[in-house]
Order: sequence, then structure tokens, then C-alpha cells
Amino acid sequence: MTAALLDRVATSAERLRSHGTRLSPSLAAAAFVLVVVGTNLPWATFSGFPGLMSLALYPAGSRIYVLALAPALALVAVRFSRRRQAGLAATLALLAVVVQTIIAIARDGGGLVNVSVGAWVTLLGALLGVAAFVALPDDGAPLPRSWPVLPALVEALAVVFAVAASLALLVYALDVEAPSQFVGFLLALGGGLVALNRLGLFEWLGALYARRQALTLVLMAAAAVTFPFTQGGSSYWLRVAANVGVFAAAAIGLNVVVGLAGLLDLGYIAFFGVGAYVAALYGNAGLGPSRGHLPFLAVIVLGALVSGLVGVLIGAPTLRLRGDYLAIVTLGFGEIFHTLVNTYDAYTGGPNGLSNIPDLRQGSFDFGLPHTVFGVELAGFANYYYLELVLVALVMFVFARLNASRIGRAWVAIREDELAASAMGINTVSYKLLAFGIGATLAGASGTVQAHVATQVSPDSFVFLQSVFLLAAVVLGGMGTVPGAVVGAAILIAVPEKLRAFSDYRLLLFGLLLVILMRFRPEGMIPSRRRQREFHDADGADALSAPPGSAVA
Amino acid sequence: MSLLEVRDLRVAYGAIEAIKGISLDVEEGQVVTLIGTNGAGKTTTLRTLSGLLRPVAGQVLFDGARLDKLKAHEIVARGVAHAPEGRRIFPLMTVEENLELGAYSRKGEAIAQDVAEVFERFPRLHERRAQKAGTLSGGEQQMLAIGRALMSRPRLLMLDEPSMGLSPIMIQLIFDTVAELKAAGTTILLVEQNASAALALADTGYVLETGRVVLTGTGPDLLTDENVRKAYLGED
Ligand SMILES: Nc1ncnc2c1ncn2[C@@H]1O[C@H](COP(=O)(O)OP(=O)(O)O)[C@@H](O)[C@H]1O
Ligand SMILES: [Mg+2]
Repeated sequence: MTAALLDRVATSAERLRSHGTRLSPSLAAAAFVLVVVGTNLPWATFSGFPGLMSLALYPAGSRIYVLALAPALALVAVRFSRRRQAGLAATLALLAVVVQTIIAIARDGGGLVNVSVGAWVTLLGALLGVAAFVALPDDGAPLPRSWPVLPALVEALAVVFAVAASLALLVYALDVEAPSQFVGFLLALGGGLVALNRLGLFEWLGALYARRQALTLVLMAAAAVTFPFTQGGSSYWLRVAANVGVFAAAAIGLNVVVGLAGLLDLGYIAFFGVGAYVAALYGNAGLGPSRGHLPFLAVIVLGALVSGLVGVLIGAPTLRLRGDYLAIVTLGFGEIFHTLVNTYDAYTGGPNGLSNIPDLRQGSFDFGLPHTVFGVELAGFANYYYLELVLVALVMFVFARLNASRIGRAWVAIREDELAASAMGINTVSYKLLAFGIGATLAGASGTVQAHVATQVSPDSFVFLQSVFLLAAVVLGGMGTVPGAVVGAAILIAVPEKLRAFSDYRLLLFGLLLVILMRFRPEGMIPSRRRQREFHDADGADALSAPPGSAVA
Repeated sequence: MSLLEVRDLRVAYGAIEAIKGISLDVEEGQVVTLIGTNGAGKTTTLRTLSGLLRPVAGQVLFDGARLDKLKAHEIVARGVAHAPEGRRIFPLMTVEENLELGAYSRKGEAIAQDVAEVFERFPRLHERRAQKAGTLSGGEQQMLAIGRALMSRPRLLMLDEPSMGLSPIMIQLIFDTVAELKAAGTTILLVEQNASAALALADTGYVLETGRVVLTGTGPDLLTDENVRKAYLGED
């Protein structure tokens, strides 16, 4: 009975599939029309719902996300494998955004009667869109395994564009106020990313980056330097960017520890905190007992050195032990640091921290004041932004040199097999300590700047959660690469900020995001060549490492 | 004076003594084998010699100088190479990168030439030089482990059960390699459970049982020894 029923379902699905190629384009076209029309009609009967949902011919709010996903319907017309998966991801996300928005409108307005015609039309369109891809047979030419090589400049620009676009998306996400709209944004973004991933976009970008690394970095630097000139004297985005810079520098430092040497440091934010407190106590704030007013450059160096020293003191006894112990000890150190600064309020201001840290001053140059360069006025935050750029560039340089050096090779060996590394004559304890110390030093340096950017330091900025976020930035962005850490740091700033609206579920959502990413892209968004090899066994060997002409069996 | 002299060596894991005072000698140019059943203490001995474990008591002299207080990387730098049990190649590095790491203790010169030499000795590694080492077969991984150990240009090569888990053909190939190395004058300390093949090659053999040397002799002598035949060559 059931078997017969299943049989019939299977055969009709089969039949639908075989008609699919014919049916799908019409379904998709109808879906597209309905979605475009629907998003231009009002979705709510009442005003006040975020995104001006009661207005016609004004697609804003979640309606924009729906429209942004609609072009994916065109995938039915392209014959290659995975178009079905990509199309399904996009249309399902579209459907999810519509349903989620309808629920939100009904909840705010007091029932489904308050949902207007536009929403229903779009819902119908979304359903037809999903049907179009469900009906699509899973065939077509496979995606190319290696993409054509384009001119260097074009390839580098593509990567720069991708990084800039992800930063812009993040910044936009920061700006979305209404929780319901933000959820819609996340759904649309998630679906869009999965679809693009299925189409091989990220693979392609990763390959481009690996091929055009130097040029990409130069272009990124150029884009970064010009950015303040586009801000018309406003400091808003520059403040965001300076914050991203601070954490990017710290994340790259953590990347040395975790990504290169493979050591798990769960208290990394404490080293950052050491730098911040050094700046507050001995910098021009003069908040310390000595009422010191060290010049800024001296403070950066002092913060870095003190932090590095603390790192070595903690690492030396621990790094002889197995890796797990280091994680536990660093976790403990993070807590001790937090408790210490909380308790010794004579120096640290206790739980209130130290506030009113003045703007940086180096000689007669005041970082808080706007300056005019080439006839363009740059807001005060541009100074911090540029300082951060220099710091990030410096840290990147250190990172790159280490990675390519003898030391870098030793770290890789230690990461893969510590006993074997030692049998090769690598002094494993020293190299681990070196990585740990360098990481702490870089964190300390960026911490000193952070104290001035934030104008205050307090114990609650240096808690375990922050270490986890930094670690997540490294893992998200891609272990062992620099742009990865920058994108990761931007996410680090944006996500917790945004998830405040769901404070009860904040960590849950963050965890989910991590799990999803690790499931679909374990090597991170912009992985290093080596990482990619580590995560993709089968294709890694022949695709990446075989030089032309070698006989790989 | 022997190249390697071990005097009354004792090694413990916590409170448990695994090596209860063993002495042995390796002459320059000789192949010396250490045989014994599982758990006899062979691996523990090699790891102590290469500085991965610290002895509780006893002395290790290499070329007349004490090794037992040195760290692993210092011992490699003095010319003792260790191809550990279970091969322990770096699985995610390419074959070539593995070999280059074998030369880590050396400074710069002539490394490419030595890599080429290893490839000449093991043509199968050459064919797979750009492949991830983890994708090699067991026998190929063992070749790589030996090749990697040779890259440090050792004066003493220590091999821990190179035939472990290999097919009969591969075992033959590995022992042929050891024989070739011996013919070329390499000093080798060979740990094996495959007693007959090891003793057939060895100038001297030591039989280890629960942390003690219970029998010593030349390879041919031990091969014909009645006790050895019973216990290790599966005859009764
Ligand atoms: N890491 C360890 N901790 C505790 N005991 C160990 C350890 N490694 C080996 N042993 C013990 O030491 C003895 C010798 O082991 P091992 O040197 O590995 O023997 P073999 O290499 O001859 O098989 C065995 O009894 C084994 O159980
Ligand atoms: Mg053993």
C-alpha cells in the first residue's frame, strides 16, 4: 500500500523532472514577474513597520533583499551542474525572507489581515521560484575545474572588489536597526552566499588571491589609503574602520599563534588588554601613579614589550606540555588578568576602568583634530585610521616574513607532528615560545592604540568572550592568511554589535554561524594555499601542488 | 672506541621503569640490531638516544661526548638521525617538503643535491615528489621516512621498525635499502621485530626483553641460536 504510494510519488516526480527543462523557464519567468510586482506593492496595511512596508513603488527594507535574490531565477536558463543547488539555495532564502517578513508584519500589526497584497504576490512568486528549481533536472556540464587565467590586474581587482564588497555588506549590516529586518538580511545573505559558493565563486576568488597575492595587496593598500578622502569630512565610517583596524592587527597577531604555529590561545585578549592599560597608565593620559607622559611611540613599544614579556613568562612553563594544557593555562591567564584589573583599583580604576584618555599626540600633531590634505578635509578619526593602517601593514609584513622563513617551516612541522619535528632537529619549545611571544607582542601594540581610539579602558572589554571572537575572526577569515584576518575582524566588530538586539540568543546565533561556516567552508573564507590543501584532500594534491610536467600518479 | 656507547641506561615512564639498565655499542660502519617482542623497550631506547626522552640514569656517549644531557635538536645537529616508529612523516606536506625538513639541522648548502640523491635511491618518491606525503602507500611512506632521516647527513642512522605493517614485497625492498646503506658505509642502529631479516643483515645483535638485554652476539650467531630461534623466529 505505502510502497505503491511511494512508487507513484516517485514516478510523478520523475515525470516532473523529465518535463523540468521545459517547465522550469516558464515557472521562473512567472516567479520573477510576481516577485518584481510584489515588491513594488505595499506589504503592510499599517505604517511604521521597518522598511516603509506600507508604501507602493518603494521597495525598501526586506523587499530589497528579496529583489536582490531574484536575479538567481535566471539560473534556470544556464546549463551546467549545480545550477539546481545554487538556484534552490537562492530561492529558498527568498522564500524564507518573505515568510519571515509576513510573520513579523502579522505579529506587529495584530494578525494576518494586516499583511497587504504585495507580500502575498511575492510569496506566490517565491513558491513558483522554488518549484522551478525543484523541477529542474540535475544535469548539465560540470563547472570547470580550473578557471581561465585573466590579466593580473583584472584578477587582483576582483579580489579587492570581493573584500571591499564584504566589508561594505558588513558596514551595511551594522546600520540595519530593526531586528526583524536584520533577520531578513541574514537569511538573504546566507542564501546568496550558499548559492555563490555552489557556483564556485569563492573557490575562484581563493585561487585568484593565491595567484595574485602581491598585486592584490598593493591594490588593497591603495584602496585603504584613499578611503578617508571619500568621506567628506565625516568621521562616522572612519571610526568603524579604525576599530576594524585595531582588531585586524590583533587578529593577525593571533593568526601567528594559532594559524602558523598551531597553538590554541584562549586568553589572547588579555595581552591586548595589557597594551591598553599600559597606554592608559603611562601614555599622555598620565593616569598612572607616576603621572607619566611618555611620547606615543614610546608607549606603543612599551606596551608591546610588556605584553610580549608577559607572554613569554606564561608560555615558558606551559609550552613544554602538550597542546591542550596551553589552552587551559591561557584561559586561566585571561581570567586572572580580568580579575586583577578589576581588583587593583588604585591603579586600574577597578570595574570602572580608566576613562577620558585624551587623543594621541606625537610632537605637535594632535590625532583628535581634523586635518586638510590635498585640499580635502579629513575628520579627526582619519588620523587613527592611518595609524591603524600603518600598524596593520607592519603586522602583515612581520606575518609574511615569518611565514616564508625557516621559522615558518618549523611551525608547520610542529603543527603537523611535534615529535617528528623534534626528531628533525627543530627546537620545538623555543619555536612555540617564539610564536607565543610574537603574538603577545603584536596584541600589546594594537592594545595601546585601542585605548586611545576608545578613549577608555575597562576590564569588561577584555573578557573570555572577546578572545573567542578574535579566535573566531581568525578561523572565519581563514587561518594563516592576512585578508582573512581583516574580514574576520570586521565580522568580529559587526556581529556582536548587531546581535545585541537578540542579547539572549547572541551566542547561540554566533555559534550557529560558526558551525554553518565550518560545515561548508572549514578552511575559512580566504584560506591560505596550505590550509586549502589540508582541508581538501582529494583535489588538493593534483590541483595545487603538482608543478607542470611532473608525473603525478 | 665505538661511535655510540650506551652504559647502564635506565628510562622510566613516571614510576614505571621501562628500560632497566642496558648497555650496548655501535661501531662505526656497522649495522647493529635491537630485537625483541612488543613492549620490550626498543622504541623507548631509541627515543632516549635521540633526546626525545630523558634517562633516569646511565650514560650515552657519541664519538666520546655525552649525549644524554642534550636536547633532541642538539643531538640531531651532532649527527644522529631517528626515523621514528610508525614513520611519522608530515602528512600534509609534499614529499619534497618532507625531505627538505629532514635537512633542517643543516645550514643551506647542497640540500637540493641531497634531495636529488634520495630521489635517485627511491625513484618512486621522485614520481610522487609533489604529492601530499599522507597519500603515499605505507611502503612509500617508509622510504620517505628513511630518506628524510638521511637528509641530515647523519653519522648514525636509527630506524625504528621500518618493516612494520608492510607487505612482504615492501619489506624486502626496505631491507634491501638497509643493505645498500650498509654497503655504502652508513652506521645503522636497526630496531626490528622481524628478527630473521634484521639478524641476517646485522654485524651485532642485541635481544631485549622487558627492559633488559638478555642476549648479545654477532648476527649470524644469534640467527642460529636455539633460544632466539624458539622465541623470535617462530620455531619450536
Ligand atoms: N608513553 C608511555 N607511557 C607509559 N608507558 C609507556 C609509554 N610508552 C611505552 N611504555 C611502556 O614501556 C614499555 C616499552 O615500550 P616500547 O619501548 O614502546 O616497546 P617496544 O618498542 O619494544 O615495543 C612497555 O611496557 C610500554 O607499555
Ligand atoms: Mg616499538
